[in-house]
Amino acid sequence: MAGDAVLRALATACPAARAADGSDAVAGVTPRYAASPASVAEASALLHAAADHGLCVVARGSGSRLDWGAAPHRCDLVVDTTLLNQVVEHAAGDLVTRVQAGVGLDRLGEVLAAAGQQLALDALAGGNGTAADAGSAAGGNGSAGQPATIGGTLATGVAGPRRLRYGTPRDLVIGITVVRADGTVASSGGKVVKNVAGYDLGKLFAGSYGTLGLIVEAVFRLHPLPSAAGYTTMAADGPAAAHRAVAAAAGSELAPTAVEISRSGRGQPVRVGVLLEGDPAGVDERSAVLRALLGDGAMTAPEPPGWWGRYDPGTGTLIRVAFWADALPRVLAVIDAAAAAAGVDPLVAGSAAAGVVYAALREDADTGAAAGFIAALRAALARGEADARPQAAARPDSPPVLASVVVLHAPPPVRDQVDLWGPVPGLALMRAVKDQFDPGHRMAPGRFVGGI
Amino acid sequence: MIEHLVPAMAEICGRDGVVTDPLDLRTYECDGLTSHRAAPAMVVLPRTAEQVAAVVRVCAAAKVPFVARGSGTGLSGGALPRADGVLIVTSRMRRIIAVDPASQRAIVEPGVTNLAVSTAARPYGYFYAPDPSSQQVCSVGGNVAENSGGAHCLKHGFTVHHVLGLEIVTPAGELVWLGDGTGSAPGYDLMGAFIGSEGTLGIATKIIVKLTKIPQMVTCLLAGFETTGAGGAAVSAIIGAGIVPAAIEMMDALAIEAAEEAVACNYPEGAGAVLIVELDGPESDVRRDREAVRTLCQEAGSTEIREAVDAAERAAIWVGRKSAFAAVGRICPAYIVQDGVVPRTALGSVLDKIAQLSAESGIRVANVFHAGDGNLHPLVLYDDSSPAATTAAEELSGAILDLCISHGGSITGEHGVGVDKSRYMPKMFGADDLDTMQLLRCAFDPQNLCNPGKIFPTPRLCGEVPGARRGPHPLVASGQAEQF
Repeated sequence: MAGDAVLRALATACPAARAADGSDAVAGVTPRYAASPASVAEASALLHAAADHGLCVVARGSGSRLDWGAAPHRCDLVVDTTLLNQVVEHAAGDLVTRVQAGVGLDRLGEVLAAAGQQLALDALAGGNGTAADAGSAAGGNGSAGQPATIGGTLATGVAGPRRLRYGTPRDLVIGITVVRADGTVASSGGKVVKNVAGYDLGKLFAGSYGTLGLIVEAVFRLHPLPSAAGYTTMAADGPAAAHRAVAAAAGSELAPTAVEISRSGRGQPVRVGVLLEGDPAGVDERSAVLRALLGDGAMTAPEPPGWWGRYDPGTGTLIRVAFWADALPRVLAVIDAAAAAAGVDPLVAGSAAAGVVYAALREDADTGAAAGFIAALRAALARGEADARPQAAARPDSPPVLASVVVLHAPPPVRDQVDLWGPVPGLALMRAVKDQFDPGHRMAPGRFVGGI
Repeated sequence: MIEHLVPAMAEICGRDGVVTDPLDLRTYECDGLTSHRAAPAMVVLPRTAEQVAAVVRVCAAAKVPFVARGSGTGLSGGALPRADGVLIVTSRMRRIIAVDPASQRAIVEPGVTNLAVSTAARPYGYFYAPDPSSQQVCSVGGNVAENSGGAHCLKHGFTVHHVLGLEIVTPAGELVWLGDGTGSAPGYDLMGAFIGSEGTLGIATKIIVKLTKIPQMVTCLLAGFETTGAGGAAVSAIIGAGIVPAAIEMMDALAIEAAEEAVACNYPEGAGAVLIVELDGPESDVRRDREAVRTLCQEAGSTEIREAVDAAERAAIWVGRKSAFAAVGRICPAYIVQDGVVPRTALGSVLDKIAQLSAESGIRVANVFHAGDGNLHPLVLYDDSSPAATTAAEELSGAILDLCISHGGSITGEHGVGVDKSRYMPKMFGADDLDTMQLLRCAFDPQNLCNPGKIFPTPRLCGEVPGARRGPHPLVASGQAEQF
């Protein structure tokens, strides 16, 4: 049987290759094969074999965000990266680490913490429940409770509250090794932070959803772990007050690591939280200044509030709205208007000062209502309602729209009904890049923008 | 040979926006790397993005290569013109379109100087963090092409961390926005890949930059040491203590000697090395870190520590460091500026090996470097009237790059590959790595017309040597720029 021959070829390349079953499904698409390469060489041989047989390939780490992005048009082989689990190097004196793609963020965190260091990316927790119960399977088989891997974090480009200070994965990756669709292994960057030799493929692969190739290894710059943290919180009476608090914190000289908001429903107070990090005395001192800035009711605690970094109920629809920070009240108004029109009431939370909030709908939200909400958001954005356009910047002098709405994950009926990505400037160039890296369109086909 | 394009270009840029006089063209024959020269066939000086796009469309249709140039301060020949091509100079595109402190953004045209962005943002309490040493004259468009850093990138990052949107003209002549200023635009991060591509993927025509809050407090310490080894130990101790200074710079004895002669910077007498440590941030943090840095420097054997408490005193500390390149030019006929990177922990052993190479060859090497991030700028001193000495200096300079590569570092930390180091790329990257990078190039510029011959090795460049510079950079000589 032909399938056996293919499997034999895959197993020759990578011993841990097998026939797939329903538990390997990607967004409802069940592959024929699954394989777990244990080395970069095996991953290369595996993709070479997959190319020989024209297989479409989807990469999987822990599976925590496997249901992000559109369902693949086709998926013949799932490449599981969890055996690529080596922390290859932690050069503490150089504040860099080189890790394989399957290493969990949590495990890496433990290794680095032993030297007082961190990879400054937040592992995003589930929403209202614990991480474990958030894992009860959206989109069929997403393992939302699993700690994310390095590869998955890079491929989806996610970041949590501390993005304000440290940025997103693309800002911290200084070197990357990938396996291309034809099995070619290629690296760019290196293991020094300051390095401008050659094109930076790390930027290109960060947030590429597995559509350009398989990420097998990455080098990151690290940061020292602060010795103290202070979370100052207050409840703002509506969007305007929340915006004043966010702007006051972000525009202060207190160097906040994160400025977050969270609102459980329309008409509810907007919780505002500010993270200050440093040594204990400095955090105390700055937190006192911050409380005075935020006004009555602001309180500081060493631990995050329960809502901190919880954007995602895990099983419903998660929508990311990106904007220029000064547009916060307009963004909240746009969300409220769209929600009212569609008859939904999302949790709205996110990194307000960094210009990112998430709107989350429960899994039981009506499919048509969810789709209507997304459509209404996009329509408002297209009208410029979420733009904080500087007066001096007329339209020809700035991008057409200064905001975006992306659906990160949604229950299958919603996912199949909406364009998850919305309008994408520069799409023609992106297609050209895809065509160069993956001319056969075999890497996660259909998952990304414009059907890439 | 491309005279036939003149009418079309004049139609686009106006008569005064097209340069064809051979004497005038010579003004543009090199950038800051003066050892490579080629007068372009034509220079155009567009005023708008639409004009740049139209110029590029004319070039693309005629299959004529084109090179973009900002202020021409680059140190790797990235803006070296093509004798058979068009040089597109962005110096007339100098609008600061908007400064938006409420969203911490500014929108600028590519010809705006780096420092002008900070100057425009200062009244609102903000600045533009990347600060290459040429910041008074270098252009933001050039910074985007080179992914420029600066002395303070140790803490604040590079251009790629501070740009959130780019309007570019593609090599086909289309105007496209990459990124929307949010930092979270959907799709591939083509903006991130474009930054640092040395002008080979297109021409940036508008740039959305992130503005950073001016820190509450800045302080600067100057510590003298007997040896660079002791200074290096202090650097390791500072980083090891979890302190991230804004900058850590080091100079060795020869560099100090040259700086003293040139600007009488009055560094600690007899020091074999000086360390400049600048700290910025909230006052409470800076005060604590300052005491820790003092202690760590003393423990590493510092012979003298001074502190600058205000901007004038900080400038007095920095003057020696900032004058170092030019100062070395005063004590020798010619020198090569090298730009290599090693892991910080390898600094000591690499410096020892450089000293050994210097002793063996009898060629003096002055070391000036960004110690915090392992970015070395060894200055190789030689007499350019002697061909043998020139060759020996070039060999030594190349050997230093080999040291950087063998210690897991990079052939360039901030000056770029350009034409200067393309032949070193295969030493740092394998053929598959370079081929894969070419895929990006092919996606953007299938005709290979956009700044061809840069970054990637081609037979045409084989045998060329990196970095030789005779005499000071023209902009330095005229007092318009400083290099450090």
